[in-house]
Amino acid sequence: MKITIPMNEQKLESGVCPSFGRAPYFLLYDTNTNESKWTANNAAESSGGAGIAAAQLLADSGANTLITPRCGENAEKVLNGANIKVYRSVDGTAKENIDALIEGKLQLLSEFHAGFHGHGG
Amino acid sequence: MADKPLTVAVLSGKGGTGKTLVSVNLAAAAGEAVYLDCDVEEPNGHLFFKPEKPEEETVAVKIPQIDTELCTGCRKCVEFCAFHALAVVGGHPILFGEVCHSCGGCALLCPAGAIQETDKAVGTVSSGRSGHVDVFTGRLNIGEASGIPVIKHLLGKIPSGGERPVFIDCPPGSACAVMESIKDADFCVLVAEPTVFGAHNLAMVYELVTLFRKPFGAVLNKCQEGENPSEAFCLEHQVPILGRIPFDPELGALNSEGNIAARENQRYRELFGSLLERIGKEAQHEAASDS
Repeated sequence: MKITIPMNEQKLESGVCPSFGRAPYFLLYDTNTNESKWTANNAAESSGGAGIAAAQLLADSGANTLITPRCGENAEKVLNGANIKVYRSVDGTAKENIDALIEGKLQLLSEFHAGFHGHGG
Repeated sequence: MADKPLTVAVLSGKGGTGKTLVSVNLAAAAGEAVYLDCDVEEPNGHLFFKPEKPEEETVAVKIPQIDTELCTGCRKCVEFCAFHALAVVGGHPILFGEVCHSCGGCALLCPAGAIQETDKAVGTVSSGRSGHVDVFTGRLNIGEASGIPVIKHLLGKIPSGGERPVFIDCPPGSACAVMESIKDADFCVLVAEPTVFGAHNLAMVYELVTLFRKPFGAVLNKCQEGENPSEAFCLEHQVPILGRIPFDPELGALNSEGNIAARENQRYRELFGSLLERIGKEAQHEAASDS
């Protein structure tokens, strides 16, 4: 399983970023090799469509699972097209969320907020 | 300049301050006039004017249509799109229409010729007449992100010549849609309430019209005895006070029944008549000092 998580810092011990599209980094964690990779999210500063661009980045990364506190409808469309499953994160670090997922304790994210929410007016 | 009709934009930092009251009554007091409702998310000037037999036109924008037969999946369009309106799913780009800004770049760039531009309806503009006033109302379709295309279409209705003054009822606030609405105006009228919050909102639109170097003045609405923070703001920043509208139950009643005070009531006919005269003088003075 290749898991991706939006992050503020490049540390497995830090918490999950509350934003999906505007997270500064994404963690890419391979459960087969226990290897962590970090990728900068170029879309974080966009005036709009950040979620779409972030989802494209993940679709191209080869990830098949996303753990995030929230996600918009537009990003969901791209993630779904790339067969990436979306789970809702719980309080705690990235590592704790990965462990919880492996133990089957995370729920699939069922609510996606409205896609375009007008950043930059 | 002389052939171009006087164009007056009426704005305020928030909704419910009295933009529609002022712009509708100014147009009615002018007799022969043009009224544009640019508050396209919630136009309400038509409730007062009740234009007869309004004719409706559709406002459309261009969005790309992707032919997946011709598309090679090269991603040039996705990489080009500054608004992230395109993403590749299953080998071909998909479009997020509400994010698209209709720049046409993807269609120009596509090496396979797989992208054509097609019309997407985003709203309407209706035109009708009420007494001697031509009434144009813009409406943005529910769910659309930007009212700018509808506002641009509305502004295209301003006659290029003639004597009839034009009144633009702006959206609330000071963001893009307001900037679009005032950009061609000769004069801006800032409507303000007599509260601390009202003065704060007045400061926002004051900053905007100053930035746009538009001549402007303020109308103080809902005036009562006692302190008026908006008036204090005008005095402090040398904003000309064009007129004062009292906090008056009679005006409130006329308004709540969808009546136009300047058409129904002698006192308000005079109040808006003199406000109109004052705006004309201020605008003329500014035009003279510009040349």
